[in-house]
Amino acid sequence: MFLQQVFNGLAQGSTYALIAVGFALIIGTLRLVSFCHGEIFMMGAYVAFTVVSRWQGSLLAAFVVAFAAAALLGALVEFVGFRLLRGASRISSLLVTIGFSTIFLNAAQLIWGAQTQSFPTDIDSAFEFMGIRFTFIQIVVYAVTICMFILLHLLLGKTKLGRAIRATALDHEAAFVMGVDVNRIYSFTYALGSALGGLAGVLVGLYYNAVYPAMGGMMGLKAFSACILGGLTSIPGAVVAGFFLGEIENLAVAYISSGFRHVFSFAILIFFLIFRPRGLFGRKDSIR
Amino acid sequence: MKKLSYALIRCAPILGALLFFCTLPLYVRSDYILRVFVQIGIYVLLTSSLNIVNGYTGLFSVGHAAFFGLGAYGSAIVCTKLNLSFWQGLPTGMLIASLAAYVIAKPTLRLKGVFLTLVTMGSNMIIMLVFLNWDSLTGGSLGIMGIPMPEIFGTKFLRPLPYYYLIIVADILVIVLLDRLMRSRFGLTLKAIREDERAASCNGINVARYKTMAFVMAAVIAGAAGSFYAHYYRYISPEAFNFTESFIIVTMLAFGGPGNILGPVVGAAILVGVTEAFRAFADYRMVFYGTLLVLMMIFRSKGLLGGREYSLTITWPPVKKTVYSKGDRFLDTEKEENDEPAAG
Repeated sequence: MFLQQVFNGLAQGSTYALIAVGFALIIGTLRLVSFCHGEIFMMGAYVAFTVVSRWQGSLLAAFVVAFAAAALLGALVEFVGFRLLRGASRISSLLVTIGFSTIFLNAAQLIWGAQTQSFPTDIDSAFEFMGIRFTFIQIVVYAVTICMFILLHLLLGKTKLGRAIRATALDHEAAFVMGVDVNRIYSFTYALGSALGGLAGVLVGLYYNAVYPAMGGMMGLKAFSACILGGLTSIPGAVVAGFFLGEIENLAVAYISSGFRHVFSFAILIFFLIFRPRGLFGRKDSIR
Repeated sequence: MKKLSYALIRCAPILGALLFFCTLPLYVRSDYILRVFVQIGIYVLLTSSLNIVNGYTGLFSVGHAAFFGLGAYGSAIVCTKLNLSFWQGLPTGMLIASLAAYVIAKPTLRLKGVFLTLVTMGSNMIIMLVFLNWDSLTGGSLGIMGIPMPEIFGTKFLRPLPYYYLIIVADILVIVLLDRLMRSRFGLTLKAIREDERAASCNGINVARYKTMAFVMAAVIAGAAGSFYAHYYRYISPEAFNFTESFIIVTMLAFGGPGNILGPVVGAAILVGVTEAFRAFADYRMVFYGTLLVLMMIFRSKGLLGGREYSLTITWPPVKKTVYSKGDRFLDTEKEENDEPAAG
């Protein structure tokens, strides 16, 4: 029973980790907190939902289209909220991302309706392994998350583009002097982070078999909690914190109460903000 | 006599506004228009109070609807469970909102920038969840019905007219008080914190204390607005106080122009007016607000009234301004009258 809960938590945690990693990538590179990350996550879920239910596409196609759509939305937000507002104060950029979150949320309500819709999948098989029940969807969640982490690790660590991203995150002026096209890197990073968020949206939609417009708001805050827990800009930190948050939440729901499940993660968040704002793995001056 | 007439001239804009709004129901006999004005009045209270935090102190709170809701729920619960009247519910709501603001602000105002924004957003969500889940007290998602209407000398407020007068008086009172306050030592301190927190603290300002005071003051006004809201609509539910509501308040402030006394009034009046005028497109309302906010930030990031400070009073008798010259002349009282620096 306990192990079962641990593995359920692992699936939930991997979605948290995926969305938090995208978030940490954005914060670390652009030094901008995006308040519409949760809504991009929701848009990803809805795009995949449309691909599967209306266009009768395969699950793989849904993943690809959702990834691309979320990346496009991210690039749009980056262009309006960051490149056009380069000289303006940070609060203007924050307000723009908040504005976009409202636009996305309400546009989704207008397009797909405010009700909860179920994600049509023909795979609902499950099997038992060492007394623990795994559903096929859980396996998909694990696999996609792990693949994404490996790809992201390779991208950031081994390619020229990844090196440019890391350089921009470290010091964008120096990177610019060294010939990195900083604007393009910002745009790409935001799109990549958003795309990971959109992918997490598809996974959550699959896992809970439900998509609804308000699913992003809470998730955006969870991603933010995970980022703060992990040190805000640290990508491994975001992964660990995402899994940690998923486990804590699942165990708390299983053994304490389900009514206040979100309160636990916020309690952790506020505790960390007050007593250890730099998180578990953060540098002291990671963001000002 | 002379002093009195001078005082009257000084306060002419305020008295004029008071006169205009008090005689308005004589020309406008439609209850619908009065209801729109009451709605604007509620939002003017909310936006003005948020202005203390976001406009003057330079913090960035996006959870103001939490205090609005606490005021509404506090007043409604006291009135329905203990059979009290609006006049006892109002201070209760304000007290509850201010206590919550103190509890939230005290530990978190040490945080900077975006962390504070996040905490205000999170506390808004938590307070909404409490309204939603504490069934025995708040009625859960059904909300609270049958909140008593205010009465004065035994006459109940049945039509919108008395509500209109009540909210107009509250609005003008709050705006005049805020105008005075923001030009007092307290207001200057808040502005100093906004301009440069470190410099302010070097000058012996207890930054955390003043931020807390600004936060609690904003919550008290929002609580009063909430209590009024509860007794005006006589029904409240948690959805009215969620993050969307906070977002509307933030948009109104950003649209009108934060950091001056008239910005919230302009923002609230225009946005509520436009929303009412395009009732048929109510579904697109929030998309419109979001787009407006984004466009506003790109083209006029300081709001419609744009970062200037306006005064509600006229300086009378007119005084010659002493302007320090920039060149080799030391004092110049005659020329360069228009050369005063724009207040930020």
